[in-house]
Amino acid sequence: MTTRMFGEPIVRREDPRLVSGAGRYLDDLGSEALAAAFVRSPHAAARVLDVDVADALDVDGLVAIYTYEDLDGRVAEPLPLLIPHPALHAPRTGYPLARDVVRHVGEAVVMVVATDRYVAEDACERIRVSYETRPPVVGLEAAARAERRVHEDLPDNVAAHLVQEVGDARAAIAAAPHRLRLDLDIERSASMPLEGRGVYARWDEADRSLRVYSSTQTSTSVRFALAAKLDIPVDRVEVVTPDVGGGFGVKIMHPWPEEVLVPWAAMRLGRPVKWAEDRREHFISSAHERAQRHAVEVGFDGDGVLRGLDVTFDHDNGAYTPYGIIVPVITSTQLLGPYKPGTYRVELRSLYTNTVQVTPYRGAGRPQGCFVMERTMDAIAAHLGLDRAVVRERNFIQPEEMPYDHQLTFQDGRPLIYDSGDYPATLEKLRKLVGWDGFAAFRDEARAQGRRVGIGLACYVEGTGVGPYEGAHVRVETNGSVVVATGLTTQGQGHETVFAQVAAAELGVPVEAVTVVTGDTRRFKYAVGTFASRAAVMSGNAVALAARKVRAKALRIAAEALEIDPGDLEVVEGVVSVKGTPDVSIPLRTVAVLANPLRYAFDEETQRATQFAVGGGADRPPVADDDEPGLEATDYYSPLRSTFAAGMHAAVVETDPETAEIKILRYCVVHDCGRLINPRIVEGQIHGGVAQGVGGALYERMVYDDDGQLLNASFMDFLMPYASEVPVVETDHLETPSPLNPLGIKGAGEAGVIPGAAVFASAIEDAEGIPIHRMPISPSELWELRRREEQG
Amino acid sequence: MTEHDVRLTVNGVPRTARVPARRLLSDCLRHDLGLTGTHVGCEHGVCGACTVLVDGLPMRSCLLFAVSVDGAEVTTVEGCRAPDGGLGPVQQAFQDCHGLQCGFCTPGFVTTVTAYLRDHPDPTPEQAREAVGGNLCRCTGYQNIVASVLRAAEITGDGQP
Repeated sequence: MTTRMFGEPIVRREDPRLVSGAGRYLDDLGSEALAAAFVRSPHAAARVLDVDVADALDVDGLVAIYTYEDLDGRVAEPLPLLIPHPALHAPRTGYPLARDVVRHVGEAVVMVVATDRYVAEDACERIRVSYETRPPVVGLEAAARAERRVHEDLPDNVAAHLVQEVGDARAAIAAAPHRLRLDLDIERSASMPLEGRGVYARWDEADRSLRVYSSTQTSTSVRFALAAKLDIPVDRVEVVTPDVGGGFGVKIMHPWPEEVLVPWAAMRLGRPVKWAEDRREHFISSAHERAQRHAVEVGFDGDGVLRGLDVTFDHDNGAYTPYGIIVPVITSTQLLGPYKPGTYRVELRSLYTNTVQVTPYRGAGRPQGCFVMERTMDAIAAHLGLDRAVVRERNFIQPEEMPYDHQLTFQDGRPLIYDSGDYPATLEKLRKLVGWDGFAAFRDEARAQGRRVGIGLACYVEGTGVGPYEGAHVRVETNGSVVVATGLTTQGQGHETVFAQVAAAELGVPVEAVTVVTGDTRRFKYAVGTFASRAAVMSGNAVALAARKVRAKALRIAAEALEIDPGDLEVVEGVVSVKGTPDVSIPLRTVAVLANPLRYAFDEETQRATQFAVGGGADRPPVADDDEPGLEATDYYSPLRSTFAAGMHAAVVETDPETAEIKILRYCVVHDCGRLINPRIVEGQIHGGVAQGVGGALYERMVYDDDGQLLNASFMDFLMPYASEVPVVETDHLETPSPLNPLGIKGAGEAGVIPGAAVFASAIEDAEGIPIHRMPISPSELWELRRREEQG
Repeated sequence: MTEHDVRLTVNGVPRTARVPARRLLSDCLRHDLGLTGTHVGCEHGVCGACTVLVDGLPMRSCLLFAVSVDGAEVTTVEGCRAPDGGLGPVQQAFQDCHGLQCGFCTPGFVTTVTAYLRDHPDPTPEQAREAVGGNLCRCTGYQNIVASVLRAAEITGDGQP
């Protein structure tokens, strides 16, 4: 049997292409295209006084130079505010090319188009831009002090202010037997996919149509945005996402300035234009995330049970807010994790700084929230002298309390209600996996040998599968192959495999018969995008629903052909047959032929469907009123709310008594994302997430100086983990199905990264006996903490 | 700008390109010779996605000028296929072990591991991890890449394609 279905760890079907160099990423396309390059601001805050292009005009191969003055129509307007929010009272977005003012290093000022990228960069070097600089606002402290402004009309630098409250948290804390206050900081990092952004556009003047290839996480939304910006009918715009070399959130942001300008230039020039971002551009002109400063007040009883939690935090949104305030809103709601806070108050401010804008990076505010909550749990345990796992357990939402309503509004504007989960069982599995109960003895033993080891624990709940919808089209071809198209995009998640598994399982065909197309608006026009651990939940269910429709239609047509009741039929290995009597059968490919009544046959097989061949009564039309030709169907999945996955991680670390080097000895994960479509792929997602968690906890940070220069804008200096830095991940799974969707699945994409900072802070604190309140942490910072601790 | 003729043997096939002296080998392979399997992730020799074998040795093609390797034999990821055109042992191992997700860094790993296994046919897990220690991957967390190295050694040892 070749049929492998839902739940099987099959190898990926996209891999033969990708391992042999036959993948097609953005810069592999368009060898005939002109190349674009950009002159970007070297200053964090400045007025653009003059752009002198005279020297560049001599460059052989130069085609065009554009500044803001050249932009026309809606291209000259500010870029869209993608996600308005009532609390975002002062949204600001940039222009495709700077209009008079630049607000961060890297902002595009001039666009150059030339015969190739080398020549375009030659021209960029010869363009002289005069600036009047002013002191920038860098960091949350400076933003909050508001001695200087990022946007001239905003005296306090505050973009958004939001308070959510459940019960009277401040009163509950004041009345609690125990109280603690903590200040907890997380620094900036970034998605940093190995392939940067890229856009390639072709304008067909005769056809008045535009095709754009973009390395994006949302081709459908880029299409709508471009049609609006360029003022062409949506039906004349196609956006295709080729193979994408990683996204991790940054490519859900759109339309980028370059994503508007490249098609715009292609239309003006009547020639294909391409831009492939270089690494420095990615550092200084795409997006970052994570930087937040939190103040926590917590009240609890003698058992460590929460009475009230009051969290106030500032979020650094950089220079612009095109993606709204999704990141801090997620922090504010998801920091509660698997716990009941008793009462809860959260107040956030989102602040402008003269740095690269902030949009979601894998985890999207959850790593910060998890860090805050889990540090608080550890602090309570330390304060009361209790086991850290026990304190967590005492505050867990219990399985019988599901669905659990936090009475808060989630990132999608819908109520924050957990659908399912078994947190005590998850913790129990983790304790066993890591050997939590025996660790104290190991620590003592190690300490006796002069070694410092520590164990940490962190729990999270992740809202996944956020709406509004995804759709899918499933078609059985007359050769028996099945084509699935869904609109969201793929950046390495294995959608060609998992959606094929879903379709194969639903239809009863071998998975090898199924081909999956994603992110191509020529094939599926309505979609949202790939982010928020939503693809498997949203498109997975849409594929299942569409495949079910196709199956029902196949059974109906086969039943007519076989003159039998559809209820007596089944589909196995691509053949419709009578249950228990497999000899009475009809292949699905023949059903596909019969599904499309033909006047003209195109091969021998399809002669069966022509008008003198088919039976049926002359008293009804060949296609019934409520039917359509073809063995195919489209359906959409639109959930009531997000579904909530959960997990718990434990790390064992060793710190060097002299150098303060931090070594990871073990890393354990227990993960619950409902039913698994492909365990191999889910496991891979966890491994990759953990690696980014390690990076975020121990290595990665964006280092800005006071002038707003990003000092480490290269892979030499921004330390992403290599194989030598990432531990072997030991995993165990729980499968608590989601009651919200037909397949019972929950998202898994972001999970691995969420508890990174929290779990390492916990483990290092355990090894060192020094409170850790700020992540990431480097050996030199740990060394400094030790020194301060020794000095009291 | 003065252009130069560069003669290379790429994946066993003699190729020529007329390029300016500043043309990077990575760009020459990708854009002049159409071998887009070699990827460019950082342009400063850190990520390893552009790794190709030059006269058998793994090198960062983004740090080499095409003119500086005139006359060399170059093997790219496209050349790591099995003689019958199917997946080569390292490529097969990466699929078997889910050693890739987005696949952008994979060509650099495939070439690096191909060269490594030629000299170290039977690595331990620690050695396998060390062997890929100079290449960045943002997706996999490396665990399955290390497994792929071991699996590739196994396949090569068995004499299977």
